[in-house]
Amino acid sequence: MSHILIAAGGAPNPLLPHSAEIVVGFIAFGLLYFVMLKKVVPMFEKAFKARTEAIQGGIERAEKAQAEAADALVQYKEQLSKAQSESQALREDARVQGAAIVEELRAKAQEEAARITAAAHASIEAERQQAVTSLRNEVGALAVELASKIVGEALDDQARQSRIVDRFLEDLEKSK
Amino acid sequence: MRSMFSFRAEGDEFIPPSSKDFVLPPIFGDNEFTTKPIFLVIFSVIIISIFFIAASRKASIVPSKLQFAGESVYAYVRNDLGKDIIGHEFMRFVPYLFTLFVFILTNNIFGIVPLIQFPTMSRISFAYVLGIITFGVFHYVGIRHHGIFKYIKDILFMPGVPKPVYILLTPIEIATYLIVRPLTISLRLFANMFAGHLLLMIFILGGEHLLQGAIGLKLVSPFAFAFGIAITFFEFLVQCLQAYIFTLLTALYIGGALADEH
Repeated sequence: MSHILIAAGGAPNPLLPHSAEIVVGFIAFGLLYFVMLKKVVPMFEKAFKARTEAIQGGIERAEKAQAEAADALVQYKEQLSKAQSESQALREDARVQGAAIVEELRAKAQEEAARITAAAHASIEAERQQAVTSLRNEVGALAVELASKIVGEALDDQARQSRIVDRFLEDLEKSK
Repeated sequence: MRSMFSFRAEGDEFIPPSSKDFVLPPIFGDNEFTTKPIFLVIFSVIIISIFFIAASRKASIVPSKLQFAGESVYAYVRNDLGKDIIGHEFMRFVPYLFTLFVFILTNNIFGIVPLIQFPTMSRISFAYVLGIITFGVFHYVGIRHHGIFKYIKDILFMPGVPKPVYILLTPIEIATYLIVRPLTISLRLFANMFAGHLLLMIFILGGEHLLQGAIGLKLVSPFAFAFGIAITFFEFLVQCLQAYIFTLLTALYIGGALADEH
């Protein structure tokens, strides 16, 4: 301290405070502190907080959207596989049903064919029988007529007539 | 002011700048509240307030250029000097640290601002004021945090030290906490600004004086001015650095007072 005094040749000691400056210093600094505390720092902090929240909110929103998309994907895949298995089941069903229908139709057709064949057989048999009967009658009548002509004997008795015809036909068959 | 003296002292012996040049007379009469340093301090409070209120008034997520400028300074003090050093309770001290930083920085830079050219902190009163406030703040914080007895005990008897060492350590600790810390923090700021301004005056006034001398001296004077300009750049560095150091030390002291082990 003293060397400054000496070197400066009676200059004031710069280390001694000045009362007016001390007072002004405290007041000025206090005022500035008040302005910073009330006006500046809260606003900056608000901006910082808003910024942090904006960034965090953005990340959270993105994460949520991603999770939603993943969920939707899983859902779609599930639905797709369900639809696929359903269509598979339907196809299998249809195949089985188709086979059953074909089988049924075939059985029906066979039955029908059998029935038609049987009917035809029956009708043929009936016609044959009818033909045999009518032939027998005609042949009988012819034969009787012939015989009566030959024998000259009227065989009008029905029973006898038929007996004779039968005998004649038996003979005819035996002779064949 | 010096230049007027110098003109009058043309041809005379060069009077080197001294601590006299830091004692500026009152501008209005003999009211000692009207000196240049006092006006500068008030002016600094006004311009800092205007700047930061304007910068923060419409603070939004996407900052404007002005907001970005103010916010960068604020974020630097808040995070690098507050959060990193004080720890989780830092937010309580951010307004103080921030005020301290911008107040000292602005007043220091006044030293190289054309037409102002006087670093307010080269008046030790202001440095003392800031030192006293820091001193008060960190002791208050320590007492509130630990309780007065534990705080004093921890200062007097640093935990984890062998007992005989206290004979040596206790006086040092007392001196550190009560005298050295507030005094050195103030003196460091004051002395840097004082010496820097003195250095600038020597080169600029010296150059001016040389210009008024003989032809040979006139030729030398540009070198003095050039050196003065170089010193100005250097001073800018010192001015920023001193604002940083003062704030850093304050944060360290507060952090130390809050710490559970000294």
